[in-house]
Amino acid sequence: MIWLNTAAAHASTFMPPQGTEIASQYDKLYGFIVIASLISCVLVIGGLVMFALKYKRKSENDKTAYITHDTRLEFAWSFIPFLIFMVVFVWGTYIYLELRTVPKNAFEVHVFGQKWNWDFMYKSGKKSTNEMVVPVNTPIKLIITSRDVLHSFYIPAFRVKQDAVPGRYTKLWFNADKVGDFQVFCAEYCGTNHSRMLAKVKVVSKDDFEKWLQDNPYKDLASADVGQKVYNAKCIACHQLVPEASTSIAPSFLGLFGKTRQFADSTSAQADENYIRESILNSKAKIVKRVSGEAFPPIMPAFAGALSEEELVGLIEYLKTLKE
Amino acid sequence: MSASHAEGKNYLNCEKGLWSWLTTLDHKRIGIMYMITVMVFFAVGGTFAMLIRGELYSAGRNIVGPETYNQFMTFHGAIMVFMVIIPGIPAFLGNFFLPMHLGAKDVAFPRVNLLSWYCLIVGAAISLVSLIYNGVDTGWTFYTPYSIETNNGTTWMVAGAFVMGFSSILTGLNFIVTTHKLRAPGMTFFNMPLFVWALYSTAVLQVLATPVLGITLMLLIAERVLGVGIFDPTLGGDPVLFQHFFWFYSHPAVYIMILPAMGIVSEIITAFSRKVIFGYKAIAFSSVGIAVVSFFVWGHHMFTSGQSEAAGILFSFITMLVGVPTAIKVFNWVATLYKGSVRFDSPMLFALGFLFLFTIGGVTGIMLATAGLDIHFHDTYFVVAHFHYVMVGGTLMAIMGGFYYWLPKMFGRMYNEFWARITFVLIFVGFNVTFFPQFILGAMGMPRRYYDYLPEFQSLNRISSFGAWTIGTGFLIALFVIIHSIRRGEKATSNPWGAKTLEWTTSSPPPHENFLETPVVTGGPYEFR
Ligand code: HEM
Ligand SMILES: [Cu+2]
Ligand SMILES: [Cu+2]
Repeated sequence: MIWLNTAAAHASTFMPPQGTEIASQYDKLYGFIVIASLISCVLVIGGLVMFALKYKRKSENDKTAYITHDTRLEFAWSFIPFLIFMVVFVWGTYIYLELRTVPKNAFEVHVFGQKWNWDFMYKSGKKSTNEMVVPVNTPIKLIITSRDVLHSFYIPAFRVKQDAVPGRYTKLWFNADKVGDFQVFCAEYCGTNHSRMLAKVKVVSKDDFEKWLQDNPYKDLASADVGQKVYNAKCIACHQLVPEASTSIAPSFLGLFGKTRQFADSTSAQADENYIRESILNSKAKIVKRVSGEAFPPIMPAFAGALSEEELVGLIEYLKTLKE
Repeated sequence: MSASHAEGKNYLNCEKGLWSWLTTLDHKRIGIMYMITVMVFFAVGGTFAMLIRGELYSAGRNIVGPETYNQFMTFHGAIMVFMVIIPGIPAFLGNFFLPMHLGAKDVAFPRVNLLSWYCLIVGAAISLVSLIYNGVDTGWTFYTPYSIETNNGTTWMVAGAFVMGFSSILTGLNFIVTTHKLRAPGMTFFNMPLFVWALYSTAVLQVLATPVLGITLMLLIAERVLGVGIFDPTLGGDPVLFQHFFWFYSHPAVYIMILPAMGIVSEIITAFSRKVIFGYKAIAFSSVGIAVVSFFVWGHHMFTSGQSEAAGILFSFITMLVGVPTAIKVFNWVATLYKGSVRFDSPMLFALGFLFLFTIGGVTGIMLATAGLDIHFHDTYFVVAHFHYVMVGGTLMAIMGGFYYWLPKMFGRMYNEFWARITFVLIFVGFNVTFFPQFILGAMGMPRRYYDYLPEFQSLNRISSFGAWTIGTGFLIALFVIIHSIRRGEKATSNPWGAKTLEWTTSSPPPHENFLETPVVTGGPYEFR
């Protein structure tokens, strides 16, 4: 079995870092299948090349052997692959069940996918966006859902992935054994900014985690600074702080507050507090035109329910500070 | 017999003018119309592929924004699946050669055959209307609820796919009846070429699975237009139900794509090694076996969808079972070469290329069928690489091989062997350069359908883009080789490869009703003694 460990180590060169114990088990199975596949490919492709070259046509009068079948040989090459597939199946099922069976007493975090952010909610009431902080060496259970379309919560370093389905809760668990930051991707196509729906899992020591839970991120912050934090977490993927170009997927926030906005239905309005509030909570109510004259696509999610009053006010105040 | 069988007359020149083509009932002419249609679609889908790879050349924005990219990705996938690979072999090469392989004058229902071509054209036209309504950005899988709320183009694209489904059903129906009813005297089931067995198994899938897709797409349209709430969670529907329906068709559909390719490979390997096929019955029955089992594995696309663990384990197990008949076929082809007399003309190069690439596609399929492993690989570039190894490395290589193999028969002219081999080298090498790095990208964790990616994925994406442009060049040259051959190629004899199946017993190109006299069959299709 030593060869298996070395093989697994080689095969997993390209795998993401192993952030959990199961990830290393996963890589062993992966290593085994890669080696088994390599051997099969060498046998099949090697046999193919060898026969093709050895029996290359010498003259147009070549006689060939008349071999129609060979029952024993055919049985062997049906049964041996079957056995290998069954080994892989049983081993794979074992890993699958490990990945899917949540230990009792796991620490629970609620996860919400919403175009194109990940929101996290802890039982203490603490919330975060695109950064999930969890304690090391603790089984963590994620209870996942979506506020709009399908998404999929994918942490490569933990070898786990689970779709976020609107209208239902799905689950995922892991037990991170290393402190550090791990990448999260959205793995189920969800529209325009699918590829920017990224987040981080921050695995910290248990003490740091307790501190983090107690910490109120908005404590002692001015309204506009609260707004800036929310902006960086939830708006930045689409609304950039550079002058708007014809290729921008969403309006720029520079100098937005107070400007007269032209809408797709040819009406216009001034961007005051009420307009900003409505745009955040229900963006489809008024669709703005681009500098080029056509309307922006109506892709912005409605944030009603996803932002607190403090955060809304913060955003409005923050927008006021952004000058062209 | 009629005057059209006089000296020098064949199916191509017995009638003239565009109208004679658009109203033809000759299976060979309908096959040629499918050929042209599929080539046009392939050029469009291929152009989208080149644009996709252009955009993915570097991280960040290169040529278009995310919305346009998502449309490229959707049109590429939908066109390649519904308009190229699914009709590619059955409706083009199958239409032309299934009746000839059986010694028949035509398919059982020539009018239905023509109707199926019109279904494809009308369906494609309806899909195009989507461009007027801001296009489609759902991916070819149309997953709900995103497909319910996005651009109105989606309705048209889905309606187009619905109509194209009938094309597939009608072709399948025709092939089943033709195989049962129109075999020449002496053509028993076990005297049929393996291409016929493959097309027959495919036809069963087309007839039984495609209606499920039709119903699903209809429900999606009803959902979008009438708001019925079957899939939309805000109306009490279940978005995961859509995935079950969709894959209940689309998994058998991947066998609609690959089984006929396997049939072509059986023909080419025997002809170019001049040897009886090894394990005829094993290959024939494994086609049927694959067709049956492929109805019960759809859940392997849904390991992370929230389906129960019990379902996940069951689907993983049944998927492993499909691996067995698939492996048997590969071993049989390799064994056929043993003690043969092998020539390396381009059709054979493509068939050997198929074996090479399909083997890699197959073993990675087993990795994905392993429930525990698929959790990490699902919806990453690993999957993109896998299905391209099967669909492009498998099906498309077989189409190219079959095209060169039967070109002399279809048009009575030879192609330029040197340039045809160049296309093989470019396509084969380019293919591996494009898609092998995608296995690594997937293992590293890069999700699919990504407009933009992290910097660490860039170097492999670049290699992949260069590979794609190599493939593109290969196909462009192949187009010239084919056009040149049809217009200026040397005259072909009736059996340039020395193959044994019935189509080679008649002149090239064949006369209007294929054979001047109905052939009488006395033995198997590969009697090289
Ligand atoms: C020149 C050869 C080709 C290249 C370079 C190419 C490249 C690509 C790329 C880059 C993607 C996008 C992956 C993603 O982000 O999901 C893709 C998707 C896809 N390709 Fe190809 N492709 C080629 C040929 C084909 C062919 C011949 C088929 C025929 C079946 C095909 C079927 C698909 C499918 C079904 C998808 C998935 C589309 C989706 O995710 O909705 N491709 N291809
Ligand atoms: Cu997404
Ligand atoms: Cu499948």
